[in-house]
Formats: sequence, structure tokens, C-alpha cells
Amino acid sequence: MRTNIHVKDRVAVVGAGLTLFRRRMLETPQELAAAAARMALDEAGLTLEDIDCVVTGTAPDAFDGVHFNGEYLGDGSGAVGKSMVRVYVGGGTGVMIPVAAWWHVASGKCRTVLAVGEEKMSPALPHPQYVFAYIWDPILERPLEPNLIWIFAMEMRRYMAKCGGKKEDIALVSVKNKRNALDHPAAQVAGNITVEDVLNSETLVWPVNRLDISPVSDGAAAMVLASEREARRITDNPVYVEGIGWTLDNTHWYNRDLYYPRYVEYAARMAYKMAGIEKPIKEIDVAEPYDPFDYKELHHLEGLQLAPRCGAWKLLKDGFYDRDGELPSSPSGGLLGVGNPIAAAGVMKTIEIYWQLAGKAGARQVKKEVYRGVAQAWGDLMQVGTVIVLGR
Amino acid sequence: MVELEGTKLSEKEIETLPGVIYYKPFTRYKFTAGYAVSVFLEGLKRGKIVGSICRRCGRVYVPPRSYCEYCLKPTDEFIELPDRGEISTAVISYISAKRGRLEKPEFVGVIRLETPGYREGSYEFAGLFHKICGITEEDVKTGKAIGMKVKARWRPPEERAGSILDIECFEPIGGGED
Repeated sequence: MRTNIHVKDRVAVVGAGLTLFRRRMLETPQELAAAAARMALDEAGLTLEDIDCVVTGTAPDAFDGVHFNGEYLGDGSGAVGKSMVRVYVGGGTGVMIPVAAWWHVASGKCRTVLAVGEEKMSPALPHPQYVFAYIWDPILERPLEPNLIWIFAMEMRRYMAKCGGKKEDIALVSVKNKRNALDHPAAQVAGNITVEDVLNSETLVWPVNRLDISPVSDGAAAMVLASEREARRITDNPVYVEGIGWTLDNTHWYNRDLYYPRYVEYAARMAYKMAGIEKPIKEIDVAEPYDPFDYKELHHLEGLQLAPRCGAWKLLKDGFYDRDGELPSSPSGGLLGVGNPIAAAGVMKTIEIYWQLAGKAGARQVKKEVYRGVAQAWGDLMQVGTVIVLGR
Repeated sequence: MVELEGTKLSEKEIETLPGVIYYKPFTRYKFTAGYAVSVFLEGLKRGKIVGSICRRCGRVYVPPRSYCEYCLKPTDEFIELPDRGEISTAVISYISAKRGRLEKPEFVGVIRLETPGYREGSYEFAGLFHKICGITEEDVKTGKAIGMKVKARWRPPEERAGSILDIECFEPIGGGED
């Protein structure tokens, strides 16, 4: 049953744009944002004069090396003279951007919103990995000199121990997503690889090998969201935002059983309730779960209720989540294939659902008819779940 | 496929560009541990693991919190917990904090502490993130390490500084054998 949410306007997605995702790019953060925003406006057939408000998002300022990065990005995101806000919930930011754009329109405050995610990770030396040293608790965690990959390895190990999937079962996510990315115009690390390639790549922190992980990327992604009334002028077949949800768990990740992301479940249930979805695995046609690591896609599919608990790796093996499968997952190629400019990556995932529902996904268009899709991102110390459901 | 904007650069190409700036921020910090964690660190100095308890909802917190995360009221008291528990998850790190290759791999994980009154297998638990010693790569890979009973290996009292490093690591009780 759909919940009785009082909104001023239904909200539609009417345009989307991307830059290339690459390890290092010449363009500044603003230039990347502007390129993606222009493409999104073009697809909607709008100009910047038609935009009322702007929402931007980037991950920690330390990547770009500039504080107040939201404001810094503003002019490249078309925000000059307009209402602008930056949202930030770590890796969850990418999906939080369209979620925030939704409430801007749904409240009646703005008729049209340009929603821009950008990340330029490459400036950080000698490796962006160093920036992650500052996300750990200074008193209880930093003295142990942790590497960010530790926490993912610990979560993946716990998932394997509790759910029974082996490294080779999980590697299939990387194989699937890199293959899907061959058809994505922004893709940074697309390819036809095998499970053996993943298993034979450098072991960083067992059970995590290099090819279990998405790359470091620069890139931007943008969307235009509009009220139903505006959307009807732009297109005969709008894709609507049907549900949104976001939740936070506590910072003490080691006080929780890491095998299952309950914060994703809470966020998903919030979004499904709003969309009137009772049996997600039957009612969702296509999904873009967040996949910075291969096991994370399985973890998140379970949190999204698109697999029985501990069951995602089995369904994956059966081809259930392939592009021509029953519930295509990451048909874009995901972060593992397209790349991971953090805030832009979540927007890219939401855009993929929009393009799939609008029938604009080209070679990536999934085989089945799609009416409803979900995109999700996760962030911080196994804490944040952000979810958006689109439908037509 | 549609052509997207963006100009890819190699690491070398960057050096040839005009206006490339190297910049190293100078920022230093002095962090306080706060009310509850200060008590925890004092406890470590004495060789004790100190948690806090909220009597309203019954939750036991290690590391201790001064407020209950679910009730937001001050936790009621500090309690001592046994310095043992079981390995919830453990991994083998072949790389350092800065991504360099380690000569000898390091074991780290999450320890679920034995907590009186807590159900086994609860989603939330009193626990610590720490190094693990006395286990082998094989133990981690086969899964033998998961669920293994472990105990804190304390630094000698004179070396303790009121730091998480006062515990050297967690090691199997009885040498890792059943």
C-alpha cells in the first residue's frame, strides 16, 4: 500500500548527462560538472534559465584539496544566482543528490532542479588512498594504522563466513559488471575478464584482490528533475521518482555483525513503502546496487530485499542478475566497470535506471520490459544507506 | 555509443601541463578522547576492558559511550567486561596503511567480547577492532579463525600508556587449538 505522503508536486527525471570516468583528467572539478550538466540540460531540451535550483554533491573535500567544495563547484554546476545546496553522506552522496533534488521539487519550492555529482580524486598524492586515513576514529582506530581496504575485507570475510559464498562466487560480480561496462560510454575499466583473472590479481587484504575493487576515478554526472507539470511539457513519457529513503547507522562499525547491511534495508523499506512496493524482488525490474567492491553488490542486493538473506551469490551464479536475467543488476557496468568518482558514481547509477526506464540505454538496454527500478548507494563506516525508486 | 566529454591524462602528461601546483597542507590536530573513552583508556592502563551500560534498554557498549545511542540519555554506569571473546571476522593484510607491500602479513579483525546478559549471535555487540596474533593464514582462509575464542594479550603494565595499543593483540585461548 502506498503511504499517504503529502507532496506539492510529483517529481520526474527529464534529463541526464555524464563525462568520461577516468583515472586522471585535465578538466577542473567545475569543468567536469559543467560538461555533465550541459548534457543533462540538452537531453531535457532546457537551458540554464529554465532551472530554479541546484543540488550538488562531492565526497570528502580532501580529494579535491579544496574546502567548501560544494560552493567551489557551484558555478560549474549552474548555481550562480540560484538556490544551491551541497549534500554529503560519504559514498552515499551520489544517490542522496537526486533524493535531495526530489524534496526540492516535491515541496513546491523549485519547479526544476539541476542535480550534479562530481569527484576529482586524482589530485591526492601519492595515492588517493591516503585521504581515507582521515575517516578513522583518531583515538581508537588510527593508532592501529588501518588501511581502508581492511574494513571491506573484514566485511567480505564475515559475509563469506556467515553466508557461505566463496571468493570465486563473489568474483562473478566483477566479471559481470566489467562486461556490462563494455557498452557504457563513460567506462574506465570495462573488459572481458574471467574469475581466474580476479583470483590471480594482487591480493591486497585477503579476501580482497585488486580486481575485486573499483578504480580511482575523476568524473561528473548530472540530472534534471522537474515537477510533473514541467515534465509533461518536456516529454510524453516521464520517468517519476516513486520512492526515496535514507538512513544512518552508528559509527562503531565493529559493534555490528558486518554480514548484513541493515542501514540499506531500512532505507530501502522507506523507499518501497512510499512507492507502494510490497514484494521488491517481484516488483523491481532492474537494479543498480552500489558496487565499489564486488561483494558489496551482493550485500546490497540483500539489503535491498532483492535476494533472500545470504542468497544473492547463489542467484548471481544462476544468471538471475545478468543483463538478460530476471532482475538485471548493475546493467550499467557499475563502479567496478564504469568507474568510481564517488559522488558522480551514485548519480551515474540513478541515471542508468532512468535511461533503462526511458528506453534510452542503447546497447545496455535490458532484455525484459522495465517499469520500475531502484538505485542505491552506501557510505562511511558501513553506515549510510541511500535509495531511490524510479518508475514509469 | 554517444561520445562524452573529458580529457584523459597519463601520470607523465600531467608534468608537461602549464600551471601544475604541488601543495602540502600544514594541519596538525590534538584530539581529546572525551568523557567515556577516557575512562576506557584508563581501564586499559589497568589491564581492564571497561564498557558502559544503559539500564533503560539494557545495551552494553564497548567502547563505552557516555550517552545511549538509542535513548540518548546518559548511560548509567561503567562496567568491567572479561578481556576475552570470539573472532567475528579476521583478514590478512599484505599492505600497509599507505598501500606499501608488507614483508610479513598482518592479521586484523573484529572481536565480539563476552558480554554477560547478551544473546549469542546478536546483530549488535560489545566489541573491538584490533590486531590478532597467533593465527595462521590458513585459519583465516578456511574460516577456522571465525568464531575462535580469543583473549587480549596485554603489554607489560610499565609500558601501558592509556592507549588502544595497551592491548598488543587478541590471541587464541590455549594456542588456537580446540
